[in-house]
Amino acid sequence: MDDNILHMAGITKTFPGVKALQDVNLEVKRGEIHAICGENGAGKSTLMKVLSGVYPYGSYEGEITFDGEACEFGNIRDSEARGIVIIHQELALSPHLSIAENIFIGNERVRRGLIDWHRTNAEAAELLRRVGLAENPTVRVSDLGVGKQQLVEIAKALSKKVRLLILDEPTAALNDDDSEHLLDLLRDLRDEGVTCVIISHKLNEIEAVADSVTILRDGRTIETLDFHTQTVTQDRIITGMVGRDLEHRYPEHTPNIGEEILRVEDWTVFSPTQRGRKVVAGANLFLRRGEIVGLAGLMGAGRTELAMSVFGRAYGVDISGRLFKDGKEIKARSVDEAIEHGIGYATEDRKRYGLNLIDDIKRNISAAALTKLADGAGLVDPHEEYRVAEGFRASMNIKAPAVTAVAGKLSGGNQQKVVLSKWMFADPDVLILDEPTRGIDVGAKFEIYTIIQRLADAGKAVLVISSELPELLGICDRVYAMAAGRITGVLERDQATPERMMTLMTQTTESLTAQEPVYVPALEPEHEQEKDQ
Amino acid sequence: MSSIAPASTTELAAPPGSGAPRKFEFNLRSSGIYLAFAAIVVLFDILTHGLLLTPENVSNLIVQNSYILVLAIGMILVIIAGHIDLSAGSVVGVTGAIAATLMVNHHIAWPLALLITVAAGAVIGAWQGYWVAYFGLPAFIVTLAGMLVFRALTMTVLGNQGIGPFPDQVRTLSTGFLGNLMGNVGLGSLGGADLFTLLVGVLAVLAAVGGQWRARAAKIRYGQQAEPVGIFAGKMALMAFVVLGVIVQLARYKNLPWVLVLLTVLVLGYSLVASRTVFGRHVYAIGGNPQAAVLSGVKVKKVTFWIFVNMGVLAAIAGVVFTGRLNQAGPTAGTNFELDAIAAAFIGGAAVTGGVGKVVGAITGGLIMGVINNGMSLLGAPSERVMLVKGLILLAAVAFDVWAKRRAGTAR
Repeated sequence: MDDNILHMAGITKTFPGVKALQDVNLEVKRGEIHAICGENGAGKSTLMKVLSGVYPYGSYEGEITFDGEACEFGNIRDSEARGIVIIHQELALSPHLSIAENIFIGNERVRRGLIDWHRTNAEAAELLRRVGLAENPTVRVSDLGVGKQQLVEIAKALSKKVRLLILDEPTAALNDDDSEHLLDLLRDLRDEGVTCVIISHKLNEIEAVADSVTILRDGRTIETLDFHTQTVTQDRIITGMVGRDLEHRYPEHTPNIGEEILRVEDWTVFSPTQRGRKVVAGANLFLRRGEIVGLAGLMGAGRTELAMSVFGRAYGVDISGRLFKDGKEIKARSVDEAIEHGIGYATEDRKRYGLNLIDDIKRNISAAALTKLADGAGLVDPHEEYRVAEGFRASMNIKAPAVTAVAGKLSGGNQQKVVLSKWMFADPDVLILDEPTRGIDVGAKFEIYTIIQRLADAGKAVLVISSELPELLGICDRVYAMAAGRITGVLERDQATPERMMTLMTQTTESLTAQEPVYVPALEPEHEQEKDQ
Repeated sequence: MSSIAPASTTELAAPPGSGAPRKFEFNLRSSGIYLAFAAIVVLFDILTHGLLLTPENVSNLIVQNSYILVLAIGMILVIIAGHIDLSAGSVVGVTGAIAATLMVNHHIAWPLALLITVAAGAVIGAWQGYWVAYFGLPAFIVTLAGMLVFRALTMTVLGNQGIGPFPDQVRTLSTGFLGNLMGNVGLGSLGGADLFTLLVGVLAVLAAVGGQWRARAAKIRYGQQAEPVGIFAGKMALMAFVVLGVIVQLARYKNLPWVLVLLTVLVLGYSLVASRTVFGRHVYAIGGNPQAAVLSGVKVKKVTFWIFVNMGVLAAIAGVVFTGRLNQAGPTAGTNFELDAIAAAFIGGAAVTGGVGKVVGAITGGLIMGVINNGMSLLGAPSERVMLVKGLILLAAVAFDVWAKRRAGTAR
């Protein structure tokens, strides 16, 4: 029999305007734990969605063979029928139902058309024993912690006679003990003959548990390394992940850096949804006039959470720490106070958080500084508004027939320019740009970089959050690295290499465990979800 | 998924400032409501052999629907912000009861009594606004509870019986007319008409045309796309015809009803608030995308709170007008008024998802329902049939709106 349970050959998946996967190959051996590594947006999640039928057969090119048979999955049920089960990083449990109900949802134990509760609960109890979860099957899922919910997901997978279990960032939201238990469970499952594919950013875990690792970069397979036949170190994996080529081009820029304008001291933020979980832990950073500063980190590192909590506490609870603007301590307790203090934040998710999609371009541009357009009587001058918007349409090169065009109909790049125009009109001293080039084609990216440099040249401090390391290294004067809610280091432009950055960005739990109990930052599913571009 | 849509890029890739402004496009979705209103008026005038547009009936139409229209003004703001108010009818009842008790039982001077009543409306609005804005409960639940609570309070205040009659001044506000200030003039075959009313009408038309002309000139000065002179003149002529037509009929009957004066002030004032003030623009921003509004520095909670306070105030005004018209505050006064106001807002083009709507649209929606009510009763139709038609009109109006939106391919 074939050694390999899964062959994926020549997988190419295209979204409008973007090639998410290009000729990707993946070979998984029977009964191994196979890790997949890559930067955010490298195509890991997309590949797994192709495998599990989320993207149906015909929407991608290439071939999938599972256990010797070709696969043409039309949906998730097809792949589950073959024993391929995917556990997404946002758990798909119904919080108000019991453990047993969740395990058999869509797969109910039925007798004469009615649910057989004895069988449901008895079989659930057996599955829970297998995954090592000591809970009664009738307990409501919402009463369990995230770690235990993860085990319920695995029990659910086992109930479907799983043969290939795919886990997408399974430990991202778990603490050390829960992570350790989960990894032990994976080893046990492997010994029972279940093959596992695990996507993870935690290289120490991969080193500990995986038999082999496939590295993806920019939608291509880079290499597959075997832990048993060769020496694989974390540094070796990082080299594969970041590559050497800086393929994008960045405009030349000579910074003119002035004095400090914003300082964040000992900034700590707790999750609003999961009580007691630290999302940002004691972060310190400062920004200077005319400086472009990067904030790098892998998914769930807490970058967006840090930025939004500084921006008038738009995220998080129990925020502590101090904020200084021009050397004076300020309190920005709400977004409008933050804007008053000259801080702006352009969101990473412009459709959900950045734009009023049903309104026109001019009203989106004026949204954050409407009072600037109001006369003595408090009436907004629509003609002045039009003139301002027309000015931005020309200077930002927003491609639209008129500023009365509806924002929702623009392309991603043009929408991003509208968001940037909004903040340029508000004219803050400090502008935080969260993933300013996400989902934008290369040409528009170059334009955005130029705009960022123009802002810096105008004496503003710009903080750029990005998942693309080359981008940060290409445009920033200084780059902070974040991991697990902490700032793990800062590198000047001439010292920053992809390898050094990645080392700082993956410096998660082990170096921190000694200091205090570690809370891995919450994943805000809609924030940190890997975007299929 | 943040996928790029190159199709729409190319579609919109007309270079900025290219050539002459495109042909002025007729917007069916925003103009359709006015055409529909005109069609319904013409239809019922024909069916009733001209009874609909007699001087007395035009006057009646305005007076009969005034309180619903006042509610619709408040309701449209609530709906634009993405909320709903089911309690408006009960608030009409309880504020009417408060006014009656103050004036009839406690003999408080009517101006003070009205002031207290409006303040009570504001307090009621603040109560509901608190739960919606600051506590974060859905407006549907808060105002459903309010519907019961304020109905119960109405009954408690009134001791389950009607209280009346009201002082003459209050009744005048609801049902009275401006006095004959300048005497009558003859209008040939149309007979005598009140001169003052006619003058007001002519001045109003001149002011409206002048204002529109200045706005158009400013648009051109700022290089914006303005409608061609022909279309502009046509629109203005149509507007003048409609306004003067109504005015002439009113002048032939008695004079301007006081409620029409009140309504005009409210419509003009709230149109300005909605379209030109920072507050009004924030209401649209909240309805369009609440999260984006928060991240643009809009004080979403505060704005939401004041929207409900405003709704309470307008409901109190409607309460006074309605009870004044009946000359008695009754335990069931205002029942189902909220439904008429909500229907008016949606027929008038408000979006179910929030972010869209106009004060004038809501007024037009309210008038459409008023004309259907009035026209069908003139035809002797039983009330169940009127209800049936109103229900179907509401469904059709919203279905049309959703269909038009889908056809336009708005990204939502």
